[in-house]
Amino acid sequence: MSSDLQDLYQEVVLEHSKRPRNFREVPDANRQAEGYNPLCGDQLSVTLHMEGDVIRDIGFQGQGCAISRASASLMTGAVKDRTLAEAVALFERVHTLVTEGPGAVDVESLGKLAVLSGVSEFPARVKCASLAWHTLRAALEGRSTSVSTE
Amino acid sequence: MSTPGFDVRRVRADFPILHQDVRGRPLVYLDSAATGQKPQAVIDALTRFYTHDNANVHRGVHILSERATQAYEDARESVRRFINARDAKEIVFVRGTTEAINLVASTYGRKHVGPGDEVLISAMEHHSNIVPWQMVCDAVGAKLRVIPVDDRGELVMGAVDALLTERTRILAVTHVSNALGTVNPVRELVRMAHAKNIPVLLDGAQAVTHLPVDVQDLGCDFYAFSGHKLFGPTGIGVLYGRLDVLEAMPPYQGGGDMILSVTMEKTVYNRVPHRFEAGTPDMAGAVGLAAAIHYLESVGMAAIAAHDQALLTYATQALSAVPGVSLVGTASEKTGVLSFTLADVHPHDVGTILDREGVCIRTGHHCAQPLMKRFGVAATARASLAFYNTTEDVDALVRGLHKVREVFQ
Repeated sequence: MSSDLQDLYQEVVLEHSKRPRNFREVPDANRQAEGYNPLCGDQLSVTLHMEGDVIRDIGFQGQGCAISRASASLMTGAVKDRTLAEAVALFERVHTLVTEGPGAVDVESLGKLAVLSGVSEFPARVKCASLAWHTLRAALEGRSTSVSTE
Repeated sequence: MSTPGFDVRRVRADFPILHQDVRGRPLVYLDSAATGQKPQAVIDALTRFYTHDNANVHRGVHILSERATQAYEDARESVRRFINARDAKEIVFVRGTTEAINLVASTYGRKHVGPGDEVLISAMEHHSNIVPWQMVCDAVGAKLRVIPVDDRGELVMGAVDALLTERTRILAVTHVSNALGTVNPVRELVRMAHAKNIPVLLDGAQAVTHLPVDVQDLGCDFYAFSGHKLFGPTGIGVLYGRLDVLEAMPPYQGGGDMILSVTMEKTVYNRVPHRFEAGTPDMAGAVGLAAAIHYLESVGMAAIAAHDQALLTYATQALSAVPGVSLVGTASEKTGVLSFTLADVHPHDVGTILDREGVCIRTGHHCAQPLMKRFGVAATARASLAFYNTTEDVDALVRGLHKVREVFQ
């Protein structure tokens, strides 16, 4: 396997795609949003339970490729118990990571999310990695309209 | 594998783009259902037109305009011959299949479809043959009805007669499915619709590249296809319409060339087909399309169809032997389209790994989301063949799929 493919499909990515964390609807959700990637027909929903401006619980459901499932799964772990502002700031860093590569961002601060760095070598897959995050942001901002990666 | 009278090596030599390495490997192009590659003859025709003949058509008195007009109208005649229309006036140049269908929907459709009427399509249409009809139906209060598709990806012909009602104003159906490869029994559909005086539009975008098409033999009222899929340039396409039907249709877009005279009070529209070609047309595109047609005629559509079938048989067997591969669309009549899923691996991941092996396929819903829903998948991987593909291309695809299985084991 070529090295950039290895970077894209790291063990952690494959593991999260096979066994995504928080793949469920949050029972007492008070925020939710739907995301679509019209390019591939992927669909994803994010449900949240917020206490004040803190994300107390988060789940996602839907269908997508390994990258989109892993990204969504890692995201749910990363933003739990964070404030809205912290989650949005994390979104910005992850977006920079997947679009510009590991050199453009403090990778250390991203924890496990750093495994998404391989995506930057695959421009066609950036939307897969960012769909869950765009959807989270829409849910946090209380936008009722559907999110699209287009 | 070889097809009598057809030399795939010689054909490949005519397509410069095929001879390159990508990702450090020889390019294997299996996405011709999305767009076809261009033979040198087409590339040369475009260069020649812009180098020697370029001018606006139908309006200049000078030599270049005369040449450009001649080339543009010669191209119309080439298309007429290619699909065996009776009259070159039945050939309308448009941007592509999508515009051709929109043209019919917004002129014929708006005129003839009224409240409570029905438009009949099929469950295997791509979005270009769904959305324009939905728009007409929504605008006038008509209903879209749909011929179902069975598990093999064939139209349920037993349902058609009941779906063609006294309210049906048009039947619009694809000749060949872009996502399944199914060749529909379109002559039979035309016969059934015409028995009830219902006109038929055939979406031929995927058919013209694989099969000899004869619009008189098919008996359809409209036939739409794109130049770029037919190994010609992008931005040019064809709407064939039976002359009497076209002549009874209101114009599409207003502008130059579609008029005979204009005063501020009244416009007299030009004759068919110019009535439907407002503005400066894609002259170079038409010339390039004609070059593609001449090229295909020199190879021979019958030989192309035979090679396609032989390669499809080879590819179907080769793909079926890969563990986890499940073909979507197994109609008895097919062209070289192999839509498939691979166990638990999402088609996008299949596509990315194949790409790293130099193999270009399409992954996604192929602009046919209702059809994907019918088969219970969000997307498929699709390898689509053209006459320049070889068994080696198929072998590279299969090797790539084994790589995908390794990554996701």
